[in-house]
Amino acid sequence: MKVVLENLTKKFPPRNKKSGSDVIAVNNFNFEFPDGKLIGLLGPSGCGKSTALNLISGLQKPTSGKIYFGDDEVTTLEPEKRGVGLVFQNYALYPHLTVRQNIIFPLQNFKGKDKLTKAEMNERALEIAKLVQIDMLMDRKPSELSGGQQQRVAIARALVKMPRVLLLDEPLSNLDARLRLQTREEIKRIQQKTGITTVFVTHDQEEAMSISDLIVVMRDGVVQQIGKPQEVYDDPKNLFVAKFLGTPPINVFDGCVKGQKLYIGEEFIMEAPGVGDADVYVGIRPEGFVLDEGGVLSCALDRVEVMGRDISVVASHKNAHATVRAIVSSDSNVNITAATVKFSVKPSKIDIYDKETEERIAIGVKNG
Amino acid sequence: MDKHSYKAWLYLLPAILFLGVFLVYPLIDVFIYSIEEGYNFASQTHFGIGTYNYSYVLHDPYFLQALKNTFILVVITVPLSTALSLLVSMGLASIKPLRELYQTVYFLPYVTNTLAVGLVFMILFKKTPYTDGFVNGIITLFGGTAVDFIDGPYWAKMLVLCLYTVWVVMPFKVLVLTSALASVNQDYYNAAKVDGTSKLRIFTKITLPMISPMLFYLIITGFIGAFKAYSDAVALFGTKLNVAQMNTIVGYVYDMLYSNGGGYPSYASAAAIILFTIVLTITCINLIVSKKHVHY
Amino acid sequence: MKKIKFSKIIVYLLLTVWAIIVLFPFYFMVLTSFKSFGAYNAERVPQLIVSEPTFDNYLVAFTAVPLADYFLNTLIFTVATTAIMLIVIVPAAFAFARLNFKGKDLLFTLFLSLMMIPSELVVITNFVTITNLDLRNSFTGLILPSVTSVFYIYLLKENFSQIPDNLYYAAKVDGTSDLKYLFRVMIPMCRPTIVTVTILKVIECWNSYIWPRLITDNEAYYLVSNGIQEIRESGFGRENIPAMMAAVVVISLPLIVVFLIFRKKIMAGVVRGGTKG
Repeated sequence: MKVVLENLTKKFPPRNKKSGSDVIAVNNFNFEFPDGKLIGLLGPSGCGKSTALNLISGLQKPTSGKIYFGDDEVTTLEPEKRGVGLVFQNYALYPHLTVRQNIIFPLQNFKGKDKLTKAEMNERALEIAKLVQIDMLMDRKPSELSGGQQQRVAIARALVKMPRVLLLDEPLSNLDARLRLQTREEIKRIQQKTGITTVFVTHDQEEAMSISDLIVVMRDGVVQQIGKPQEVYDDPKNLFVAKFLGTPPINVFDGCVKGQKLYIGEEFIMEAPGVGDADVYVGIRPEGFVLDEGGVLSCALDRVEVMGRDISVVASHKNAHATVRAIVSSDSNVNITAATVKFSVKPSKIDIYDKETEERIAIGVKNG
Repeated sequence: MDKHSYKAWLYLLPAILFLGVFLVYPLIDVFIYSIEEGYNFASQTHFGIGTYNYSYVLHDPYFLQALKNTFILVVITVPLSTALSLLVSMGLASIKPLRELYQTVYFLPYVTNTLAVGLVFMILFKKTPYTDGFVNGIITLFGGTAVDFIDGPYWAKMLVLCLYTVWVVMPFKVLVLTSALASVNQDYYNAAKVDGTSKLRIFTKITLPMISPMLFYLIITGFIGAFKAYSDAVALFGTKLNVAQMNTIVGYVYDMLYSNGGGYPSYASAAAIILFTIVLTITCINLIVSKKHVHY
Repeated sequence: MKKIKFSKIIVYLLLTVWAIIVLFPFYFMVLTSFKSFGAYNAERVPQLIVSEPTFDNYLVAFTAVPLADYFLNTLIFTVATTAIMLIVIVPAAFAFARLNFKGKDLLFTLFLSLMMIPSELVVITNFVTITNLDLRNSFTGLILPSVTSVFYIYLLKENFSQIPDNLYYAAKVDGTSDLKYLFRVMIPMCRPTIVTVTILKVIECWNSYIWPRLITDNEAYYLVSNGIQEIRESGFGRENIPAMMAAVVVISLPLIVVFLIFRKKIMAGVVRGGTKG
């Protein structure tokens, strides 16, 4: 089931009645979530991603715009009539009911011809419990389960009524790091097995990038960029997206373009064909640096962090907005005692951004 | 939205109905009664509007007796029961073995019928031609003379009433103070111990301030409760409290209401409003005082 | 070390003295209820033991006065009042805690302010109302004025509000109706509070005296409190104290048993703000 959002906007009245205008949580959201895909809604807290999710589930109604599930318009439909499964951040399991009773709960609301017998309900519940691998925990109470197990019960409860769309709100944020890794693969597996269009909300870019077929990056209610994770990472549309994706984050420098050449301070970095003279921000991914005695960029070496697979070189540069962090392979030789370190830079890992709009400025060939 | 509103009001309807008929309307009505002069219950008519009911009540010797009794009761029992319950709960807080047993025992009077146990108290204190009663037995054992605490002199009757009232109100106060003491963070005591603070200083500088909100809550509710005393007196001295000189203000209100002649709701209302003016004033004074002394 | 021990002994001693003061009336009534009429009257100073226990007083208590009827009346009154109260307050608390409607905050503030109205003030009009409706000496008249409690609505609403919103949304997405959510999720989750409220109300009903006294003068509708008063003033030929004590024991026993069973719940409930009466 594809989900289509058309000019979707949600405004809230201002908190303080006297001062100010409406808070726009979601601003003119247009997108078609393709059928059977796993889509990650990504952004910092307060960016409107949870509101977007609530609009799709029907718990909140949009100020304007339309929502379609397939070809059916559901904009004004009550949540229970949309056929969505929803998994909450804190799981919202009924504490007084067992796992089985929790999973069966949505089925007991079916009316008329959809009504199921007790046996059918138990069968469906068991089937779904097997899918999420909690079938041996059916008679326990939620309080007797670990966080990861509770998460699975919540997913099972959302899936048991065969929703048209599955929605997950920050599904991994209440889990510890190890479990998070395991559970996100689990979500991917369940999603692929059921083929249900799934939208999940997260503020953790790594989480979104790792399992999503598509990611939607939002900021202040406005969609910044939509695309496959790698595409968005490689070709961010603006500085915000560039900064938000990737750990360690992208390194940003003040730079300028003069005569189609890019400089950081006095140092010439690379050719910038087709770009007019201007002050710009220069973004360089940590993996874009190469240790090079004859490199173009020289920084003061602060320290070196060994992380096993690679080495993180931490350095300072007077034009950098923050500490410069470079990831280099662990077999590189770094002179820890040296005062300065020199890098050359991979051109494909450099982006430049307009100082005013923070939009990315295409350089020569990349412009296509 | 409208559909939801309508449903919500439906859920609230029974509560609103009952509260309206038995709480809001009577509240307004009691003021009206209190100013309707010469109200006749049987014909439900009155002569005019004025303050006669109030002046009648304020000149009624039975009311003045009730007023005096109530004030004596309040002045004696509120400080006594509060101090005693503080002592008992401090004792409870300082022990571990048997604590639950003591707590359970202390709470017992709360769940017993005031009238029923009052009867027991009466028998314990009463002196009849056949027996001096248990309490008099003890008094004579120590060389005193037996007194009839139930039908005897005024001070003796008042003494029993105060004792019984304290006995009745203690469970609630002990329970509340015990839980207040238990909720004080142990770290404060440990810190004080490390600093070598004396026990008295710990009590006045840590314990009292920390439980002061609860203590004041008890004092305020204690005042209100004591002003409304009635059942205790009935339990000890029977329903003819005016004759026994042991009536309370609430008792006066009910006696005015419930008489064979159909009752005098006007006088009862006036007396009730006088009572609540007093209670309100005392509560306000309490609140002002507590603002100055309670540490939150 | 020795000093600490000494102070502990003093504390236990004082606590025990108070425990004896609390328990003595109970001991005395049980004790006396087993003494024969003759034996009791023969004691110039009451003895603290009973040499020849007898059950006769209990027989007298149930035969000389309609104690069983008082019991039954109180039971009917208590069960009906508590049940109707729950039917009234649970939906109200639910509406305040869960539903959104115009004027909710205003209405709730109004409800809270009603908590300050003392029952002594409104009893006058209620007495007149019930009398005019010709409901004196009837269960309806006994029950109706005490079926709502703003305080319990407040207590329950606070408890309902503690249930995370997400549970409601989860139920809503699954198509659960409000009523079903109330019965399947909220009430089971708040059962401890509902049990507490029920027990407190039962205690209040069982011991209520003032309203029943005003509204009943026909013995057929007496509750135990009025029964006790009646016994005291005219029952058992006035001086049959052992029989009176037997009646008092019988009347006190049910609540003491309930208390011993639900001890923790009752005490916790009372701490949360219940005041007697």
